[in-house]
Amino acid sequence: MTGDSYFRPRDRTWHPVSHTPEYKSSVLRSPQRPLVYFPSTSSELSGPVFGHELIGELDNDLIRNFAKNGKMPIGPRIIIHGKVLDEFGKPVPNTLVEIWQANASGRYRHKKDGYLAPLDPNFGGCGRTLTSDDGSYEFTTIQPGAYPWPNHENAWRPMHVHFSVFGPSFAQRLITQMYFEGDPLIPLCPIVNTIPDQRAVDQLVARLDLDKAVSMDCLAYHFDVVLRGKYSTLFENKMEGN
Amino acid sequence: MAGKKQLNESPSQTAGPYVHIGCIPAYAGIEGVYKQDIWGNSPVDQAGTTLKVRIFDGDGAPVTDALIEIWIAGLKFWARSAFDEDSLSYPFQIPKTNSWAGQTSDDAIPFISVWIVARGVNIGLHTRIYFPDMENDVDKVLNQVEETRRGSLIANESNDGYTFDIYLQGERETVFFDI
Repeated sequence: MTGDSYFRPRDRTWHPVSHTPEYKSSVLRSPQRPLVYFPSTSSELSGPVFGHELIGELDNDLIRNFAKNGKMPIGPRIIIHGKVLDEFGKPVPNTLVEIWQANASGRYRHKKDGYLAPLDPNFGGCGRTLTSDDGSYEFTTIQPGAYPWPNHENAWRPMHVHFSVFGPSFAQRLITQMYFEGDPLIPLCPIVNTIPDQRAVDQLVARLDLDKAVSMDCLAYHFDVVLRGKYSTLFENKMEGN
Repeated sequence: MAGKKQLNESPSQTAGPYVHIGCIPAYAGIEGVYKQDIWGNSPVDQAGTTLKVRIFDGDGAPVTDALIEIWIAGLKFWARSAFDEDSLSYPFQIPKTNSWAGQTSDDAIPFISVWIVARGVNIGLHTRIYFPDMENDVDKVLNQVEETRRGSLIANESNDGYTFDIYLQGERETVFFDI
Protein backbone atom coordinates (compact mmCIF):
# COMPACT_ATOMS: atom_id res chain seq x y z
CA MET A 1 0.00 0.00 0.00
CA THR A 2 1.30 3.49 -0.70
CA GLY A 3 0.56 4.30 2.96
CA ASP A 4 3.90 2.88 4.01
CA SER A 5 6.08 4.10 1.12
CA TYR A 6 7.77 7.48 1.09
CA PHE A 7 10.72 9.43 -0.26
CA ARG A 8 13.22 11.03 2.07
CA PRO A 9 13.88 14.68 1.25
CA ARG A 10 16.53 15.20 -1.41
CA ASP A 11 20.03 15.99 -0.19
CA ARG A 12 20.28 19.65 -1.09
CA THR A 13 24.01 19.72 -0.21
CA TRP A 14 24.57 17.20 -3.01
CA HIS A 15 22.34 18.75 -5.67
CA PRO A 16 23.03 22.27 -6.90
CA VAL A 17 21.15 25.03 -5.08
CA SER A 18 19.00 27.36 -7.16
CA HIS A 19 20.96 30.61 -6.84
CA THR A 20 24.42 30.11 -8.35
CA PRO A 21 25.51 33.53 -9.65
CA GLU A 22 28.51 32.23 -11.64
CA TYR A 23 25.87 30.58 -13.84
CA LYS A 24 24.30 33.82 -14.96
CA SER A 25 20.89 32.52 -16.05
CA SER A 26 20.22 31.24 -12.54
CA VAL A 27 20.24 34.74 -11.04
CA LEU A 28 16.72 35.66 -12.18
CA ARG A 29 15.30 32.15 -12.35
CA SER A 30 16.04 30.97 -8.82
CA PRO A 31 13.35 31.00 -6.13
CA GLN A 32 14.45 32.94 -3.06
CA ARG A 33 12.00 31.49 -0.55
CA PRO A 34 12.66 28.12 1.06
CA LEU A 35 11.00 25.11 -0.52
CA VAL A 36 7.97 23.87 1.41
CA TYR A 37 8.31 20.24 2.48
CA PHE A 38 5.46 17.80 2.85
CA PRO A 39 5.48 14.00 3.25
CA SER A 40 4.97 11.93 0.11
CA THR A 41 1.40 11.41 -1.04
CA SER A 42 0.16 9.14 -3.82
CA SER A 43 0.76 12.01 -6.26
CA GLU A 44 4.50 11.94 -5.56
CA LEU A 45 4.77 8.15 -5.34
CA SER A 46 2.95 7.36 -8.56
CA GLY A 47 3.96 8.41 -12.04
CA PRO A 48 3.35 7.89 -15.77
CA VAL A 49 4.26 4.63 -17.49
CA PHE A 50 5.59 4.62 -21.06
CA GLY A 51 5.03 1.53 -23.18
CA HIS A 52 7.38 -0.08 -25.68
CA GLU A 53 5.03 0.72 -28.52
CA LEU A 54 6.13 4.37 -28.24
CA ILE A 55 9.77 3.56 -29.05
CA GLY A 56 10.98 3.07 -32.63
CA GLU A 57 13.81 0.77 -33.66
CA LEU A 58 16.32 3.58 -34.31
CA ASP A 59 15.25 5.85 -31.46
CA ASN A 60 18.40 5.04 -29.46
CA ASP A 61 20.76 5.26 -32.45
CA LEU A 62 21.77 8.88 -33.03
CA ILE A 63 24.16 7.81 -35.81
CA ARG A 64 21.29 6.48 -37.88
CA ASN A 65 18.09 8.13 -36.68
CA PHE A 66 18.51 11.39 -38.65
CA ALA A 67 20.98 10.32 -41.36
CA LYS A 68 19.91 10.64 -44.98
CA ASN A 69 20.42 8.13 -47.77
CA GLY A 70 22.68 5.75 -45.90
CA LYS A 71 25.13 8.52 -44.96
CA MET A 72 26.74 8.90 -41.56
CA PRO A 73 27.33 11.90 -39.29
CA ILE A 74 30.92 13.03 -38.82
CA GLY A 75 32.67 12.53 -35.52
CA PRO A 76 33.95 9.94 -33.06
CA ARG A 77 31.56 6.99 -32.97
CA ILE A 78 30.67 5.96 -29.42
CA ILE A 79 28.32 3.76 -27.46
CA ILE A 80 27.02 5.27 -24.23
CA HIS A 81 25.66 2.60 -21.92
CA GLY A 82 24.93 1.84 -18.31
CA LYS A 83 22.09 1.31 -15.89
CA VAL A 84 19.40 3.32 -14.25
CA LEU A 85 19.47 2.30 -10.57
CA ASP A 86 17.91 3.59 -7.40
CA GLU A 87 19.75 4.60 -4.22
CA PHE A 88 19.49 1.01 -2.98
CA GLY A 89 21.35 -0.24 -6.02
CA LYS A 90 18.20 -1.81 -7.45
CA PRO A 91 17.61 -1.59 -11.21
CA VAL A 92 14.87 0.70 -12.51
CA PRO A 93 13.40 -1.37 -15.37
CA ASN A 94 11.28 -0.24 -18.32
CA THR A 95 11.82 3.42 -17.62
CA LEU A 96 12.09 6.20 -20.21
CA VAL A 97 15.50 7.78 -20.85
CA GLU A 98 15.74 10.67 -23.32
CA ILE A 99 19.06 12.25 -24.36
CA TRP A 100 20.10 15.23 -26.44
CA GLN A 101 23.41 16.72 -27.46
CA ALA A 102 25.34 18.91 -29.89
CA ASN A 103 27.10 17.43 -32.92
CA ALA A 104 30.85 16.73 -33.10
CA SER A 105 31.53 20.43 -33.79
CA GLY A 106 29.56 21.54 -30.73
CA ARG A 107 26.57 22.84 -32.71
CA TYR A 108 22.99 22.08 -31.58
CA ARG A 109 20.19 21.55 -34.06
CA HIS A 110 17.95 24.18 -32.45
CA LYS A 111 16.70 27.47 -33.92
CA LYS A 112 18.22 29.30 -30.95
CA ASP A 113 21.78 28.07 -31.51
CA GLY A 114 23.72 30.59 -33.58
CA TYR A 115 27.20 29.13 -33.09
CA LEU A 116 29.24 29.45 -36.28
CA ALA A 117 30.21 25.76 -36.32
CA PRO A 118 28.19 23.94 -38.96
CA LEU A 119 25.21 21.65 -38.57
CA ASP A 120 25.75 18.09 -39.70
CA PRO A 121 23.06 17.21 -42.25
CA ASN A 122 23.12 13.65 -40.97
CA PHE A 123 22.84 14.36 -37.25
CA GLY A 124 19.73 15.36 -35.28
CA GLY A 125 21.01 15.03 -31.74
CA CYS A 126 18.18 13.30 -29.87
CA GLY A 127 17.61 9.75 -28.73
CA ARG A 128 15.34 7.83 -26.40
CA THR A 129 15.00 4.35 -25.01
CA LEU A 130 13.38 2.29 -22.27
CA THR A 131 15.64 0.51 -19.82
CA SER A 132 15.63 -3.28 -19.88
CA ASP A 133 14.43 -5.48 -17.04
CA ASP A 134 17.86 -5.18 -15.42
CA GLY A 135 17.82 -1.38 -15.69
CA SER A 136 20.33 -1.24 -18.54
CA TYR A 137 20.20 1.19 -21.45
CA GLU A 138 22.35 1.83 -24.52
CA PHE A 139 22.74 4.63 -27.07
CA THR A 140 24.94 4.79 -30.15
CA THR A 141 26.02 8.28 -31.07
CA ILE A 142 28.78 10.68 -32.11
CA GLN A 143 30.79 12.27 -29.30
CA PRO A 144 29.61 15.90 -28.97
CA GLY A 145 32.11 18.76 -29.19
CA ALA A 146 32.63 21.41 -26.51
CA TYR A 147 30.23 24.30 -26.95
CA PRO A 148 30.73 28.06 -26.53
CA TRP A 149 28.01 29.96 -24.68
CA PRO A 150 27.48 33.55 -23.60
CA ASN A 151 27.75 33.06 -19.83
CA HIS A 152 31.03 34.98 -19.67
CA GLU A 153 33.90 35.89 -21.98
CA ASN A 154 35.42 32.76 -23.55
CA ALA A 155 32.96 30.40 -21.86
CA TRP A 156 32.89 26.81 -23.08
CA ARG A 157 30.72 23.95 -21.92
CA PRO A 158 32.60 20.68 -21.57
CA MET A 159 31.58 17.90 -23.97
CA HIS A 160 28.25 16.74 -22.56
CA VAL A 161 25.10 14.74 -23.22
CA HIS A 162 21.87 15.81 -21.55
CA PHE A 163 19.92 13.03 -19.83
CA SER A 164 16.22 13.11 -18.90
CA VAL A 165 15.16 10.15 -16.77
CA PHE A 166 11.84 8.97 -15.36
CA GLY A 167 11.40 6.49 -12.54
CA PRO A 168 8.09 4.95 -11.52
CA SER A 169 7.40 7.93 -9.23
CA PHE A 170 6.84 11.56 -10.23
CA ALA A 171 9.14 12.57 -7.38
CA GLN A 172 12.03 10.68 -8.97
CA ARG A 173 12.01 12.75 -12.15
CA LEU A 174 15.55 13.89 -12.95
CA ILE A 175 17.36 15.85 -15.66
CA THR A 176 21.14 15.94 -15.55
CA GLN A 177 24.20 16.03 -17.82
CA MET A 178 26.85 13.43 -18.58
CA TYR A 179 30.47 14.48 -19.04
CA PHE A 180 33.43 12.59 -20.48
CA GLU A 181 36.37 11.34 -18.47
CA GLY A 182 39.53 13.39 -18.99
CA ASP A 183 37.88 16.53 -20.37
CA PRO A 184 39.92 19.49 -19.04
CA LEU A 185 36.91 21.82 -19.38
CA ILE A 186 34.95 20.04 -16.64
CA PRO A 187 36.44 21.83 -13.60
CA LEU A 188 36.20 25.20 -15.39
CA CYS A 189 32.46 25.07 -16.09
CA PRO A 190 30.08 27.21 -14.00
CA ILE A 191 27.24 24.73 -14.59
CA VAL A 192 29.36 21.81 -13.34
CA ASN A 193 30.43 24.02 -10.45
CA THR A 194 26.84 24.51 -9.30
CA ILE A 195 27.39 21.07 -7.74
CA PRO A 196 28.98 21.59 -4.31
CA ASP A 197 30.62 18.19 -3.78
CA GLN A 198 33.39 16.86 -6.04
CA ARG A 199 32.15 13.28 -5.50
CA ALA A 200 28.80 14.32 -6.95
CA VAL A 201 30.52 15.83 -9.99
CA ASP A 202 32.51 12.60 -10.43
CA GLN A 203 29.24 10.71 -10.54
CA LEU A 204 28.34 12.61 -13.72
CA VAL A 205 31.60 11.75 -15.52
CA ALA A 206 31.31 8.81 -17.92
CA ARG A 207 34.27 6.42 -17.98
CA LEU A 208 35.91 4.98 -21.08
CA ASP A 209 34.80 1.35 -21.42
CA LEU A 210 37.00 -0.59 -23.81
CA ASP A 211 35.17 -3.84 -23.02
CA LYS A 212 32.07 -2.41 -24.62
CA ALA A 213 33.92 -0.77 -27.52
CA VAL A 214 33.63 -2.50 -30.88
CA SER A 215 36.95 -3.04 -32.62
CA MET A 216 37.38 -1.00 -35.82
CA ASP A 217 33.91 0.53 -35.23
CA CYS A 218 33.27 2.57 -32.09
CA LEU A 219 34.52 3.38 -28.62
CA ALA A 220 32.25 3.17 -25.58
CA TYR A 221 31.57 5.09 -22.38
CA HIS A 222 29.88 3.78 -19.27
CA PHE A 223 27.44 5.95 -17.30
CA ASP A 224 24.94 4.96 -14.62
CA VAL A 225 22.10 7.20 -13.49
CA VAL A 226 20.92 6.89 -9.89
CA LEU A 227 17.39 7.90 -8.91
CA ARG A 228 15.89 8.43 -5.45
CA GLY A 229 14.93 5.26 -3.63
CA LYS A 230 11.53 4.62 -2.11
CA TYR A 231 11.63 3.91 1.62
CA SER A 232 9.12 1.83 3.54
CA THR A 233 7.92 2.50 7.07
CA LEU A 234 7.66 -1.27 7.56
CA PHE A 235 11.46 -1.37 7.61
CA GLU A 236 11.93 2.01 9.27
CA ASN A 237 14.25 0.74 12.00
CA LYS A 238 16.64 -0.84 9.52
CA MET A 239 16.70 2.22 7.17
CA GLU A 240 15.95 -0.09 4.31
CA GLY A 241 14.03 0.53 1.15
CA ASN A 242 11.64 -1.35 -1.01
CA MET B 1 13.13 -7.39 -1.30
CA ALA B 2 14.57 -4.58 0.82
CA GLY B 3 18.04 -3.08 0.62
CA LYS B 4 20.28 -0.53 2.33
CA LYS B 5 21.10 2.85 0.82
CA GLN B 6 24.24 2.24 -1.22
CA LEU B 7 24.37 5.01 -3.78
CA ASN B 8 23.71 8.73 -3.98
CA GLU B 9 21.17 10.12 -6.41
CA SER B 10 22.82 11.55 -9.53
CA PRO B 11 23.05 15.31 -9.00
CA SER B 12 20.79 17.46 -11.12
CA GLN B 13 22.01 19.82 -13.83
CA THR B 14 20.07 22.43 -15.72
CA ALA B 15 18.03 21.16 -18.68
CA GLY B 16 19.41 24.14 -20.61
CA PRO B 17 17.76 26.11 -23.44
CA TYR B 18 17.61 23.15 -25.82
CA VAL B 19 15.63 20.72 -23.66
CA HIS B 20 13.03 20.44 -26.41
CA ILE B 21 15.54 18.72 -28.72
CA GLY B 22 15.55 15.79 -26.34
CA CYS B 23 11.97 15.64 -25.17
CA ILE B 24 9.86 17.03 -28.04
CA PRO B 25 12.22 17.28 -31.06
CA ALA B 26 9.57 18.12 -33.67
CA TYR B 27 8.71 21.23 -31.62
CA ALA B 28 12.42 22.20 -31.88
CA GLY B 29 12.28 21.74 -35.65
CA ILE B 30 13.83 18.26 -35.77
CA GLU B 31 11.44 16.26 -37.91
CA GLY B 32 11.48 12.64 -38.86
CA VAL B 33 13.46 11.16 -35.99
CA TYR B 34 10.62 9.71 -33.89
CA LYS B 35 7.35 8.36 -35.22
CA GLN B 36 5.74 10.60 -32.61
CA ASP B 37 6.96 13.03 -29.98
CA ILE B 38 5.94 12.16 -26.42
CA TRP B 39 3.58 14.92 -25.33
CA GLY B 40 1.45 12.76 -23.04
CA ASN B 41 -2.27 12.32 -22.56
CA SER B 42 -5.20 14.27 -23.90
CA PRO B 43 -8.62 14.19 -22.23
CA VAL B 44 -10.55 11.05 -23.09
CA ASP B 45 -13.73 12.97 -23.67
CA GLN B 46 -12.82 15.58 -26.28
CA ALA B 47 -14.55 18.23 -24.18
CA GLY B 48 -11.57 18.81 -21.90
CA THR B 49 -10.63 22.12 -20.33
CA THR B 50 -7.81 24.44 -21.39
CA LEU B 51 -5.13 25.27 -18.84
CA LYS B 52 -2.69 28.01 -19.91
CA VAL B 53 0.41 28.36 -17.77
CA ARG B 54 2.74 31.35 -17.91
CA ILE B 55 6.17 31.62 -16.30
CA PHE B 56 7.94 34.82 -15.25
CA ASP B 57 11.44 35.42 -13.96
CA GLY B 58 12.65 37.72 -11.18
CA ASP B 59 12.38 40.76 -13.43
CA GLY B 60 8.85 39.85 -14.44
CA ALA B 61 10.04 38.86 -17.92
CA PRO B 62 8.30 35.90 -19.59
CA VAL B 63 10.24 32.63 -19.57
CA THR B 64 9.70 31.08 -22.98
CA ASP B 65 12.26 28.28 -23.08
CA ALA B 66 11.02 26.02 -20.29
CA LEU B 67 9.51 22.55 -20.38
CA ILE B 68 6.58 21.85 -18.04
CA GLU B 69 5.26 18.40 -17.10
CA ILE B 70 2.04 17.78 -15.20
CA TRP B 71 0.72 14.71 -13.40
CA ILE B 72 -2.79 14.10 -12.13
CA ALA B 73 -2.27 10.92 -10.15
CA GLY B 74 -5.91 9.93 -9.62
CA LEU B 75 -6.54 10.04 -13.36
CA LYS B 76 -3.12 8.67 -14.41
CA PHE B 77 -2.97 11.77 -16.61
CA TRP B 78 0.47 13.05 -17.61
CA ALA B 79 1.37 15.70 -20.17
CA ARG B 80 4.16 17.99 -21.30
CA SER B 81 4.00 21.50 -22.67
CA ALA B 82 6.35 24.04 -24.23
CA PHE B 83 5.88 27.72 -25.00
CA ASP B 84 3.23 28.38 -27.64
CA GLU B 85 3.66 31.60 -29.65
CA ASP B 86 -0.06 31.94 -30.39
CA SER B 87 -1.34 31.85 -26.82
CA LEU B 88 1.92 33.18 -25.30
CA SER B 89 1.59 30.46 -22.70
CA TYR B 90 2.31 26.80 -22.00
CA PRO B 91 -1.05 25.30 -22.95
CA PHE B 92 -2.53 22.04 -21.69
CA GLN B 93 -5.80 20.25 -22.42
CA ILE B 94 -6.85 18.61 -19.17
CA PRO B 95 -9.90 16.57 -18.14
CA LYS B 96 -12.71 18.74 -16.76
CA THR B 97 -12.26 19.16 -13.01
CA ASN B 98 -15.79 18.05 -12.16
CA SER B 99 -14.82 14.55 -13.28
CA TRP B 100 -11.87 14.13 -10.87
CA ALA B 101 -13.10 14.02 -7.32
CA GLY B 102 -12.99 10.85 -5.27
CA GLN B 103 -10.41 8.95 -7.33
CA THR B 104 -8.18 8.32 -4.33
CA SER B 105 -8.29 9.47 -0.73
CA ASP B 106 -5.46 11.94 -1.36
CA ASP B 107 -7.32 13.46 -4.26
CA ALA B 108 -10.45 14.65 -2.51
CA ILE B 109 -9.47 18.18 -3.57
CA PRO B 110 -8.48 18.41 -7.24
CA PHE B 111 -4.93 19.62 -7.95
CA ILE B 112 -2.24 19.08 -10.54
CA SER B 113 1.38 18.17 -9.70
CA VAL B 114 3.74 20.30 -11.78
CA TRP B 115 7.45 20.05 -12.66
CA ILE B 116 9.36 22.82 -14.42
CA VAL B 117 12.82 22.63 -16.01
CA ALA B 118 14.63 25.34 -17.99
CA ARG B 119 17.87 27.17 -18.66
CA GLY B 120 18.90 28.79 -15.39
CA VAL B 121 16.99 26.26 -13.29
CA ASN B 122 19.53 23.91 -11.70
CA ILE B 123 17.08 21.35 -10.37
CA GLY B 124 13.48 20.81 -11.52
CA LEU B 125 10.97 22.92 -9.57
CA HIS B 126 7.87 21.23 -8.14
CA THR B 127 4.61 23.00 -7.51
CA ARG B 128 0.88 22.34 -7.55
CA ILE B 129 -2.08 23.94 -9.25
CA TYR B 130 -5.32 24.11 -7.26
CA PHE B 131 -8.61 25.38 -8.59
CA PRO B 132 -10.82 28.31 -7.60
CA ASP B 133 -14.25 27.54 -6.13
CA MET B 134 -13.04 24.33 -4.49
CA GLU B 135 -12.91 23.67 -0.73
CA ASN B 136 -9.14 24.07 -0.79
CA ASP B 137 -9.07 24.85 2.98
CA VAL B 138 -9.26 21.16 3.77
CA ASP B 139 -6.22 20.22 1.69
CA LYS B 140 -3.39 19.05 3.96
CA VAL B 141 -0.62 20.23 1.67
CA LEU B 142 -2.09 23.69 1.10
CA ASN B 143 -2.35 24.02 4.86
CA GLN B 144 1.43 23.58 5.14
CA VAL B 145 1.82 26.76 3.12
CA GLU B 146 1.76 30.20 4.80
CA GLU B 147 -1.69 31.64 4.30
CA THR B 148 -0.40 34.73 2.47
CA ARG B 149 1.29 32.55 -0.16
CA ARG B 150 -1.52 30.05 -0.81
CA GLY B 151 -3.00 32.23 -3.54
CA SER B 152 0.07 31.59 -5.69
CA LEU B 153 -1.09 27.98 -6.07
CA ILE B 154 -4.65 28.69 -7.21
CA ALA B 155 -5.49 28.92 -10.91
CA ASN B 156 -7.69 31.66 -12.29
CA GLU B 157 -10.77 31.05 -14.39
CA SER B 158 -10.69 32.27 -17.97
CA ASN B 159 -13.25 32.20 -20.75
CA ASP B 160 -12.06 28.83 -22.05
CA GLY B 161 -10.77 27.22 -18.86
CA TYR B 162 -8.01 28.26 -16.48
CA THR B 163 -4.80 30.24 -16.37
CA PHE B 164 -1.95 29.83 -13.90
CA ASP B 165 0.99 32.16 -13.57
CA ILE B 166 4.27 30.92 -12.12
CA TYR B 167 6.68 33.49 -10.69
CA LEU B 168 10.11 31.95 -10.30
CA GLN B 169 11.31 34.76 -8.05
CA GLY B 170 10.30 38.00 -6.42
CA GLU B 171 7.37 39.49 -4.57
CA ARG B 172 4.81 37.20 -6.15
CA GLU B 173 7.06 34.13 -6.02
CA THR B 174 5.12 30.89 -6.44
CA VAL B 175 5.39 28.31 -3.69
CA PHE B 176 7.74 25.49 -4.73
CA PHE B 177 7.78 22.20 -2.87
CA ASP B 178 10.41 19.84 -1.59
CA ILE B 179 8.71 16.56 -2.45
